Amino acid sequence: MTYSVEIKQLDLAFGAVKVLQGLDLNVSEGEFLVLLGSSGCGKSTLLNCIAGLLEITDGQIFIKGENVTWAEPSERGIGMVFQSYALYPQMTVKGNLSFGLKNAKIPKNEIEKRVARAAEILQIGPLLDRKPGALSGGQRQRVAIGRALVRDVDVFLFDEPLSNLDAKLRVDLRVELKRLHNQLQNTMIYVTHDQVEAMTLADRIAVMKGGAIMQLGSPDEIYNKPRNLYVADFIGSPSMNFIEGHLEGGRFKVDDMVMPMDGYAFAAPQTADRPATIGIRPEHVVTGELVPNAPLQFAVDVDLVEPMGSDTLVYAKLGQHPFRIRMDGQASVKVGETISIGVDPSRASLFDTATEDRL
Amino acid sequence: MAVTDTGQTKVRAKRPSRLFKNMAAKIAAIPMIFTALVVFVGCTLWTIYHSFTRSRLLPAPDKWVGLDNYERLWGENRWLISIENLAIYGLCSLVLSLTIGFVLAALLDRKIRFENTIRTIILYPFALSFVVTGLAWQWILNPELGLQNTVRNIGWESFTFDPLNNADIVIYGVLIAGIWQGSGFVMVLLLAGMRGIDEDVWKASRVEGIPAWKTYIFIVIPMMRPVFVTALVIISAGIIKVYDLVVAQTSGGPGIASEVPAKYVIEKMFQAQNLGLGFAASTMMLLSVLVVLIPWAYLEFGGKKNG
Amino acid sequence: MVDATVNALSGPRGPKPKKALSSTNIIIYGTLFVVCMYYLLPLYVMIVTSLKGMPEVRLGNIFGPPVEVTFQPWVKAWSEACTGINCEGLSRGFWNSVWILVPSVIISIAIASVSGYALANWRFKGSEVFFTILIFGAFIPYQVMIYPIVILLRESGEGITAVLKAFNPMLEAMGFEGFKTFRLMGSLSGLVIVHTIFGMPILTLLFRNYFTSVPEELFKAARVDGAGFWGIYFRIMLPMSLPIFVVAMILQITGIWNDFLFGVIYTKPETYPMTVQLNNIVNSVQGVKEYNVNMAATLLTGLVPLVIYFASGKLFVRGIAAGAVKG
Repeated sequence: MTYSVEIKQLDLAFGAVKVLQGLDLNVSEGEFLVLLGSSGCGKSTLLNCIAGLLEITDGQIFIKGENVTWAEPSERGIGMVFQSYALYPQMTVKGNLSFGLKNAKIPKNEIEKRVARAAEILQIGPLLDRKPGALSGGQRQRVAIGRALVRDVDVFLFDEPLSNLDAKLRVDLRVELKRLHNQLQNTMIYVTHDQVEAMTLADRIAVMKGGAIMQLGSPDEIYNKPRNLYVADFIGSPSMNFIEGHLEGGRFKVDDMVMPMDGYAFAAPQTADRPATIGIRPEHVVTGELVPNAPLQFAVDVDLVEPMGSDTLVYAKLGQHPFRIRMDGQASVKVGETISIGVDPSRASLFDTATEDRL
Repeated sequence: MAVTDTGQTKVRAKRPSRLFKNMAAKIAAIPMIFTALVVFVGCTLWTIYHSFTRSRLLPAPDKWVGLDNYERLWGENRWLISIENLAIYGLCSLVLSLTIGFVLAALLDRKIRFENTIRTIILYPFALSFVVTGLAWQWILNPELGLQNTVRNIGWESFTFDPLNNADIVIYGVLIAGIWQGSGFVMVLLLAGMRGIDEDVWKASRVEGIPAWKTYIFIVIPMMRPVFVTALVIISAGIIKVYDLVVAQTSGGPGIASEVPAKYVIEKMFQAQNLGLGFAASTMMLLSVLVVLIPWAYLEFGGKKNG
Repeated sequence: MVDATVNALSGPRGPKPKKALSSTNIIIYGTLFVVCMYYLLPLYVMIVTSLKGMPEVRLGNIFGPPVEVTFQPWVKAWSEACTGINCEGLSRGFWNSVWILVPSVIISIAIASVSGYALANWRFKGSEVFFTILIFGAFIPYQVMIYPIVILLRESGEGITAVLKAFNPMLEAMGFEGFKTFRLMGSLSGLVIVHTIFGMPILTLLFRNYFTSVPEELFKAARVDGAGFWGIYFRIMLPMSLPIFVVAMILQITGIWNDFLFGVIYTKPETYPMTVQLNNIVNSVQGVKEYNVNMAATLLTGLVPLVIYFASGKLFVRGIAAGAVKG
């Protein structure tokens, strides 16, 4: 089958600094792929390579089966939306939308038709004669999306498009983007450092670090079965609790505690004994009357309580190990108290301490 | 796989060679490259080379004379006076324009009324040419009809201020004009640097009860170090180029008392028809610029790599 | 309890009263007033002198306002003042300066803005090296480069003449007049080239810094939209950078108008710019010194940059600050 975007053995170096190395990535037709990572991980760089805005050092890029490795950005059949909107300030909204089409020498009536269609989809019809300076942030980003839309392309590239918007607007536009994807059904590659955006929008997420893809999978896989310690730590807020210990005969031992890992899906059936790290998400810990039903039960000492309205975050000590627990917002916990908690090993993650890979 | 293979060859044939990549940008940069290489580097090297030759009316590249021109240059009274004048003028104008510039900037920084008007007045001489500046001050310092005579007419009979006709102090007469023309510019530079300082520094010093003048001396000046360095470099580069001011105000006189190196060079090249000496003198000027420029460039750019 | 309440009501309350004439303010405004006087004095002296007749000037009170205002010195400076045997006044120098100024400003800004744009957005191998050389070149005393440039101008003038004259037999055969000898050295076009060259470092820096501050994403968006080097320059960058073009123009107009050195070296008496002619008029050793005419001539020469300065206000300050403080 032909992928919508196909990247083979991509290398990118600025002088001696290797930014991307031997990167492979396939994006299917109509897929919404999110490139997720902290700043400097190479996600925007990769997107710029796909767009043709950065010249790659080695490797190949295919879009719709065609090798576009050396093609100009405008010849690649992509549309791009930028963080700062990047609207041409001296042109009207209409001018912004039609600039690329004029450069491509598309007939006038066709331009009119496409602009009208994009304006309708994005509900920016009344703004067409305004200059970007007279628009709000949300409206500007809509125009920027429209500029990609009129190009009538199969692949949309988004470079942190919502980062410059305030929190509330960001949520609104996120929903709208998802709706747009459902409606248009074209391929979208979306770069962000915001894991909520990634989880809500993506068909698949590629978590990146140091120019390499750490894990590529559905949001569910990324969240529940992180492939290594980095992904486990990066995804989830508050982040996962990690306790270093030993895996012995299928049981996790730390200090004098022993946790039988019944129900845990090991990657390899007979996993040998080794130093291991267990990861437990704060929101996977149960408290109160649910504790007796949990496979494993512990008592923890409460250090600090952060009530956040909807939830309460409890900083506690499990033995000597710091341990965060997310409880219901109505839970009444006091500092210094000892509470009992329940943990389900099937929802935990185990990592090899040495290689940091999932066991 | 067949699709990708054909796709690959198709595009590979299209790959522009390294030379033609960014062709438009390279063509557009030709004037800049020409200026940098041919004029700035090429002409400078040409002059340095010819300063070691016996060039008189015409350049004589084949008549190598080693350091002869330099020996003659440093043996010539006129050149020595030029250098002495430049040293006095340079030192005084550095100190004075930085001091005046800073004091004025600090006064304007005190959130005063009419700031724009005052700044406009202080800066306007900078818009005027050195020729206009020199001629204006030549007239004001005219001994028979100018400032000196006016003060004497008021009743101060013994008042004497006639720098332009006194070989010992003529360079200070030029200095007055130079400061008048350029100090406003230094003020604007320093004021911009002052305004760039974090407002919170002032709040902190107010909370701690430090008087304003102390804040300026112990906090603001050290924080403005880069601006001072920039101003210093720009003023120095300007000082070495001083030419038209002297030509207009004193024509180098009385006698040769207000000669400067820039004027010396032009006269050796275009009037005295002693190119070799002119080239040697201009190479000395270049050398003095490098003495200022290299440490500055080292601090400015060499330091960045470490930090 | 009661005492505390009374104290609270009678103590400091509301806005702090301001002293209109504090001693600090008197010192500050006093100093600034004296300073302003010093800076304004020469301009004042020039104006009053230029409006006096020679008998009044000879009375020797340069600060006194003219008893009898006369514009004769201005008329004379403009159209009758002599340099050597030529008595056409400053007007010729003025027009020479205009003919030098207009093409120099246009060409230097056009070339520098494109260079700055290439440096900011289309870096190629070595572009930064050339730029560094260019900036360091700005500090080289002109005296070092002046003579080789004379040779360059003379030789290229001769080269161009040779090329043009090669067409002459053909042109003459067709009944047209042939090309004449083309000179760069000593001509206005030569001076235009010199101004373009020496204006380049500062202008290129100015434009490069400005274009670098334009968000890179805008440039990327234009590339995705299929615009090339010139397309982006003319359609995107140029329309949004008019202020910087104005700053560059102010910088160049004052700089080129005020130039003296290049005018002396690269032109000949018929093509002398205004500053050179002014100097020749005022400092000529022949005849009786007419100080009122000299001051009128000086003011006339300073008029163009002064008008630019007072009209441009903040932009002028921005221009010289941008030129001086590197980004």
